[in-house]
Amino acid sequence: MKKLSLILGACLALSAAFAVQASTPAEDQKVFQDFFKKKFPDVTEAEFPNGAYAIDPIGRVSWEAIEEFPPYEPVIDEGEKMWNTPFANGKGFKDCFADGPGVAAQYPNWNKEKSMVMTLPLAINNCLEANGEKALKYKKGKINEILAYMVYESRGQKTNVVIPDDPKALEAYQQGKDFWLAKRGQLNMSCAGCHSLNASNKIRSEVLSPAFGHTTGFPVYRSKWGGMGTLHRRFTGCNKQVRAKPFKAQGEEYRNLEFFLTYMSNGLELNGPSARK
Amino acid sequence: MNKPLRRLATFGLVPVVMLSALSFSSVAIAEEKKAEPTGKELSFDRKKGNCLACHMIEGGKMAGTIAPPLIAMAARYPDKEKLRAQIFDAQVTNPDSMMPPFGKHQILSEKELDKVVEFISSL
Repeated sequence: MKKLSLILGACLALSAAFAVQASTPAEDQKVFQDFFKKKFPDVTEAEFPNGAYAIDPIGRVSWEAIEEFPPYEPVIDEGEKMWNTPFANGKGFKDCFADGPGVAAQYPNWNKEKSMVMTLPLAINNCLEANGEKALKYKKGKINEILAYMVYESRGQKTNVVIPDDPKALEAYQQGKDFWLAKRGQLNMSCAGCHSLNASNKIRSEVLSPAFGHTTGFPVYRSKWGGMGTLHRRFTGCNKQVRAKPFKAQGEEYRNLEFFLTYMSNGLELNGPSARK
Repeated sequence: MNKPLRRLATFGLVPVVMLSALSFSSVAIAEEKKAEPTGKELSFDRKKGNCLACHMIEGGKMAGTIAPPLIAMAARYPDKEKLRAQIFDAQVTNPDSMMPPFGKHQILSEKELDKVVEFISSL
């Protein structure tokens, strides 16, 4: 706990306000967002969702070129087909998502009934399974198609995660926050070490992206992958890079991390799907 | 040592002339690999020291900007043991350090660590 507080203090550069573990989510969020706004005074709220390209003019040039013919565009089209194709039982996604496909801003959310964080990919698979269809894999493949379509239809909505005043929800939030701050793996690095404290610094030739805005653009077409991936695929990659054993995509650890991390970006526009190198 | 030998044995069992040539080249590669990496090589190796990920070092390309440049190291660390301890586990002197604990987490072996210390100390 003491160690966590120390990291917290260093990473958010406001140890006095943050050294106490008992800070509320709203307080954490303010410290977090103020940290990035102060660190990058020229970056507007409209720009943070563009990640490293909001702060790296060189990377931005090739990114803008890629965005002229977005590699995720056919993926959105495939997703639209999935949305409109009835399941074997005649029902479809629209029967699970009554408000239509553009509901990404409603996720992740706290599901009181199940006492767990519900994410959009999980809700998609719940829908499929409830209708006798096979669940999709959570990192690569077709899940990205339906996600890309739904997220595209949600573009322009603002991130708005609600952490209810429910001990279980607060516990999940706290676990996500602890995950964010904990050093892990053989390389002993935390998410916060790179993406808060060292955001904009270079790790070798790569610009470290600021965490404020990390969640707005998924699923993402990554040139490195030569394809699409979910947020949890990215978490997996980060964990591997610090030589830690990754957790299960859509398992409790990553869902709680998503809960915390998305809540930190409340107010930022959803801009997925997106392209990254 | 075992691996190339096994590979050689495998190739030896395959009665194709072409492959015997291949097996020779694998011996050559094995011998090349046997050459012990220098402290500089270990420091620059992405899978070993990977110092350049964060530190600028003369002669290294595209260095990161996370940590201070490694210059005047002998003046900064007259005592090599202190430098070694720093690379072994930087969190002992600075709990907030994000430098990987190269010794404590056995990213480098003791012998490799010694070589890296010698190289860094020469900068």
